[in-house]
Amino acid sequence: MRPLSADPRYPAAPPARGPAAAPRAFGPAKLQKPMRRSAPPSRLAFRLERLWLTPFVRLVTRVGVPVFCVTLGLGLWLGNPDRRAELVEQYQILRTEIQNRPEFRLSTLSVEGASAEVEGAVRALLPVGLPASRFAIDLDSYRAAIRRLDAVESVIIVVQSGGTLDVRVTERVPVILWRTARGIEMLDATGHRTAALTRRDARPDLPLIAGEGADRAVPEALAILAAARPILPRARGLVRVGERRWDLVLDRGQRILLPEENPVRAVERTLALDSAEDLLARDFTRLDLRSEARPTIRLSAAALTALQDARALSTSAKASP
Amino acid sequence: MTEFHKTQRAMRSMRTAAMSRGVIALLDIGTSKVSCLVLRFDPPEPANDVVSPLYRQSAMRVVGAKTIAAQGVRYGEIDAMVETERAIRTVVQAAQKMANTRVDHVIACFSGGDPRSYGLAGEVEVAGSHVDEQDVARVLAACDLPHIGPGREVLHAHPVNFALDHRSGLGDPRGHVGARLATDMHMLTVDGAAVQNIIHCIRRCDLELAGIASSAYVAGLSALVEDEQELGAACIDMGGGATGISIFLKKHMIFADAVRMGGDTVTRDIAAGLQVPMAMAERIKTFHGGVYATGMDDREMIELAANSGDWEKDRRRVSRTELIGIMRPRVEEILEEVRARLDVAGFDLLPSQQIVLTGGASQIPGLDMLAAKILGQNVRLGRPMRVQGMPEAARGPGFSAMVGLALFAACPQDEWWDFEIPVERVSGRSFKRAIRWFRDNW
Repeated sequence: MRPLSADPRYPAAPPARGPAAAPRAFGPAKLQKPMRRSAPPSRLAFRLERLWLTPFVRLVTRVGVPVFCVTLGLGLWLGNPDRRAELVEQYQILRTEIQNRPEFRLSTLSVEGASAEVEGAVRALLPVGLPASRFAIDLDSYRAAIRRLDAVESVIIVVQSGGTLDVRVTERVPVILWRTARGIEMLDATGHRTAALTRRDARPDLPLIAGEGADRAVPEALAILAAARPILPRARGLVRVGERRWDLVLDRGQRILLPEENPVRAVERTLALDSAEDLLARDFTRLDLRSEARPTIRLSAAALTALQDARALSTSAKASP
Repeated sequence: MTEFHKTQRAMRSMRTAAMSRGVIALLDIGTSKVSCLVLRFDPPEPANDVVSPLYRQSAMRVVGAKTIAAQGVRYGEIDAMVETERAIRTVVQAAQKMANTRVDHVIACFSGGDPRSYGLAGEVEVAGSHVDEQDVARVLAACDLPHIGPGREVLHAHPVNFALDHRSGLGDPRGHVGARLATDMHMLTVDGAAVQNIIHCIRRCDLELAGIASSAYVAGLSALVEDEQELGAACIDMGGGATGISIFLKKHMIFADAVRMGGDTVTRDIAAGLQVPMAMAERIKTFHGGVYATGMDDREMIELAANSGDWEKDRRRVSRTELIGIMRPRVEEILEEVRARLDVAGFDLLPSQQIVLTGGASQIPGLDMLAAKILGQNVRLGRPMRVQGMPEAARGPGFSAMVGLALFAACPQDEWWDFEIPVERVSGRSFKRAIRWFRDNW
């Protein structure tokens, strides 16, 4: 007798190859397949699946564990101070290498629109010697430093390709001279100082103003001078009086006292009087136009005497007959 | 009894926990198939006070579903524990995977366990001037329990009717003024061992049982329309191993029973009569089955292909008439048994005698005509109502118990254990009793 658990007596035939080898060539066309049962999960698989479907476990596995691993690895690796120092050093080296690349090198400084003195100052203000990296120059502070020069009105700094630092300067144009106790200074149309001057003769083309606070009223002074163009050859300059009004000083000790308000009109009035009655050619020391309703003249001492003499003559001549 | 009462209460609190979590699984352990649904409940809208008639269906949606052929279940009862447990594991895992969520709470239904119905009546004097919760609890406790037999457990206990003095048919007696409160209760008992087996299988799968229902009851919930439930109707749930009968009146189940025959019995007859394997018999029944033979059926031949090696046996053909000749007596026997159970229940005394056939075996062609001959003229085939997200394959009459279970999970009818426990029965709650004494005397 064979035991029940023995191997089958007739082992199964090897699977047939091709239709000719089919054992039942005349069998029915379709055969009933055995019902397919889905394989049940084991208890462990079932529990693991349920564990995996728990939201907290999913979150921990998907986010918590990777974050923990990366943090732990980085922490362990960076725990060594030598490694940290090495890392910082590597970073600095890399940074320096990139900064020193030829693409970022500035080799020349070109200054446009500046006089020789200003250009020299701009070059002297450059904090580093060329050639240097573009990152070594703080362009903002360099621009601010250039702007602080009196002669410079505005400045544009452009880093051009090819390693050129282009500084385009717009200079202030001096239009007037201001004589003070410390010397003569050139001012532009807004009254800003451009440069100092040692001698008046150096710029004979520019008019002269004087007096305390005269620089703050330069536009008004320019307007007065423009209006007084016919008498400019006789004018010596303008004097600011009491920081509120102007005196037009002529040669021969004459002085025209202009009002505080609307001095240009007073100048025009003077010119009209001059053309009508040849006023300025007369011998006076002060022409007071401060009160519009009552212009006043102070004659010189000689003229006063002559006037009094002439009056006396005419009076006696009238009285004598 | 008290022990099972506690168990039912615990299952209700489990169901509340599952509803607050929003996900619950439903398990239909049948003879021919085990299926699982995963339901997701949307939180109810707090502003909407009006409960619409579709509230029960609209609050939930099916997010996972799986059905497999059952293993180890006979006559709706668990026969082989290990195989059933494996089947439950398979089906729950697949449904969980489809829903992509973990489910911890399960509501199960089964059709076996020899369900028996009892009508209970109780009557008490109302303690105060109004009926309050304690009076309802006392009247429910006053129902005297019939002898249900050893080893049997109460599966459902619905208070069907409340009567106050001369007024009957009250749905909710609380707040009414009256002196004598009476109630009628319908109680369904099943074999305790069958329930314990199901509980054990589900525990073995690491799941918590949040409720258990008779599939005859839940099939009636889904297959009967609201009017039929109100006016009186019987739902015949023709499953694989058992045919459940439930009679509804005034929206309450008033009778339930089961016949231990079903579609699998028919398949077994076919397999025995035609000498074919069970799988093939099931296939022939599904594709060619019927209960009314016509002349055409004599000419329609069915091939009984097999690979037994015997050429003569493998090349047999039978006509459809022969198949119907095998199926019809068994179907008639089932229906006649159902008729007998309905007669016992006094179904012909109901005002409306609508009969609704549902369940997988109700898809036999011509069954409604045959049933009309045996059961009465008002017979129709019932399909479950629609639930959002239900797969198309699970919308047939074979899933009416499943859908009914979903309704049962969403919005269960009040059962005995949903009411308060009478104060006299509560031990160790003397403080509450003291408060009650003060309230009653001042």
